[in-house]
Amino acid sequence: MSTVWLVVVVVGLATIALKATGPVLLGNRRLPEPVSRVVALLAPVLLSALVVTQTVGGDNELVLDARLAGVGAGAIAIAMRAPLPAVVVVAAVATALTRLVT
Amino acid sequence: MSSPAQATELRYRDGARAAIAVAATVWFFGASFGLVARAAGMGVAAPLVLSATTFAGSAQFALASILGAGGGTVAAITAAVLLNARYAPISISVARLFHGPRLRRLAESQLIVDESWALSSRGPGRFDRRLLLGAGLMLYVAWVTGTAVGLVAGDALGNPKNLGLDGAFPALFLALLVPQLREPRAALAAVVGGAIALVLIPFTPPGVPIVAASAACLLGLRRSDP
Repeated sequence: MSTVWLVVVVVGLATIALKATGPVLLGNRRLPEPVSRVVALLAPVLLSALVVTQTVGGDNELVLDARLAGVGAGAIAIAMRAPLPAVVVVAAVATALTRLVT
Repeated sequence: MSSPAQATELRYRDGARAAIAVAATVWFFGASFGLVARAAGMGVAAPLVLSATTFAGSAQFALASILGAGGGTVAAITAAVLLNARYAPISISVARLFHGPRLRRLAESQLIVDESWALSSRGPGRFDRRLLLGAGLMLYVAWVTGTAVGLVAGDALGNPKNLGLDGAFPALFLALLVPQLREPRAALAAVVGGAIALVLIPFTPPGVPIVAASAACLLGLRRSDP
């Protein structure tokens, strides 16, 4: 098997297993109360970590670029209670414009 | 029927509409991945199979760029798997939406991707099964067809970064995070998790900061808010 196919197969299988972790192992199960309190906090924690890593994350470094302006504009739209699709568009436009002028 | 709490709650319709906007964005990134993968010497079939099985942008881009730069097999696999390690905690957070035989849960779980997961969030700790699977299917089709088009005609499409699309994803996640913050303990956990990720970005391989941040959910072990 070539290097490329080896990588594709291993990463594909690993990702399928990772995505299946919760649904396959815990899907039909009722979790004990303390565990479900912990699981309930995964959503805000992971969303917050995704915001941080996708806004300023680079390859082993913090990168401050146009994405920050996009997220800032998105935050203003959120504060003004704009609907979700509008937030996405505002952030993209602000990112693109910032990149254009910097 | 419009208490302040309900007014700030994201509406189902918003989520469904946003899924369309996000699918268009994901399609562009899929096309961009196809172009990058082709340039990295991955051929045509392998990137398509990768998009169909892995269905996770950041890991696929990392993998293609490492292979393209002549990096080793182990380096490419390690980087991609670390980047996708977050899917263990992400899938655990929505585990209770999945019922029925194990094989069916396995198949449906493959529609979990950052964006479908985020779009299906319905306030503190709650997720909507139909939104998750509906958005997931739409994004899956967008990702795979985008990859296919990028592989054969990527040059014609240009770089999604010129359209600012890389700034759209974190804003989407922020919009879905905000309704979660009403509960003090969730807000604290979000701040702690975000701080862990921020601090680790310069010191760990990409992917690790998100997984490490999930430790912040252990705050849930405390019985109740003070």
